[in-house]
Amino acid sequence: MADQKDFSDLAMVHMPALYTAALRLTRNPSDAEDLVQETYLKAYRAFGSFEAGTNLRAWLYKILTNTFINSYRSAKRRPEIADVEDVEDLYMYRRLSGDQPTGLGRSAEDEVVDRFTDTEVKEAIEALPEAFRIAVLLADVEGFSYKEIADITEVPIGTVMSRIHRGRKALQKALFEFGAARGLVGVTDDGR
Amino acid sequence: MEQHGPNSEPGKPAGGPGSEVSRSAVSGFLDCDETIERLYFYLDGELTEERRVEIQRHLDLCGPCVQAFGFETELRKVIANRCKDHVPDSLIDRVAAALHDEERRQAN
Repeated sequence: MADQKDFSDLAMVHMPALYTAALRLTRNPSDAEDLVQETYLKAYRAFGSFEAGTNLRAWLYKILTNTFINSYRSAKRRPEIADVEDVEDLYMYRRLSGDQPTGLGRSAEDEVVDRFTDTEVKEAIEALPEAFRIAVLLADVEGFSYKEIADITEVPIGTVMSRIHRGRKALQKALFEFGAARGLVGVTDDGR
Repeated sequence: MEQHGPNSEPGKPAGGPGSEVSRSAVSGFLDCDETIERLYFYLDGELTEERRVEIQRHLDLCGPCVQAFGFETELRKVIANRCKDHVPDSLIDRVAAALHDEERRQAN
């Protein structure tokens, strides 16, 4: 049992991470702020049921994710069944390196990746279908384990893995296409 | 030292999916395809110690796979770092006020 008096001290530090997730989920600042506020209120009211000493961050994400799914997802839309295209392993790496890995040390491919902008990364994530977006966010932005993500999203761990892995590859493809559109990548085969 | 993959390009099927060529010839030694298949599990720290050692053993001998792993690691860092947003002060105040109101409401 957790004491409500401790809630603010323990929970407020997680707001930057929750706000970032809320922005990627709702895709707009006004809804993201409402979602974060509602998450904190629900968490505060339910804090008595939180087991002190367990993973508060994961618990807050669970409330955030469920609140998003139940209230913020466009009411008109059916639960999203959209799938992602099955993208090959190492999608971006292969396209950046051509067939010629460049050798040891920090490679040209790694440097290209560093030039992606915040906006490109955020838009590529936001373009993922919801279930994949949630899984990739929790894994790669928040660093949760497969097991924690399975607990947060209440889906079997095998499904979680599949969503993370396929979501990442789809994200690479989207990001690569953004990069290609502004001439950042995709120049490996024309002799330049 | 032939065990570390018949193909010099990581993850590229040597003889098409299911081809015998792409299977490791020696048990306990993974080829490039098998290594790349486990890349995410490895980077996510979701492998057993035994599996982890198998990957490391391959990476010790295979430059192209090391580079591919390095690339994926770098990309993930970039994604995590580029995905930060500044919380508006107004939101912090709003949430604090909402919690305060709720606390008072419960006290009455």
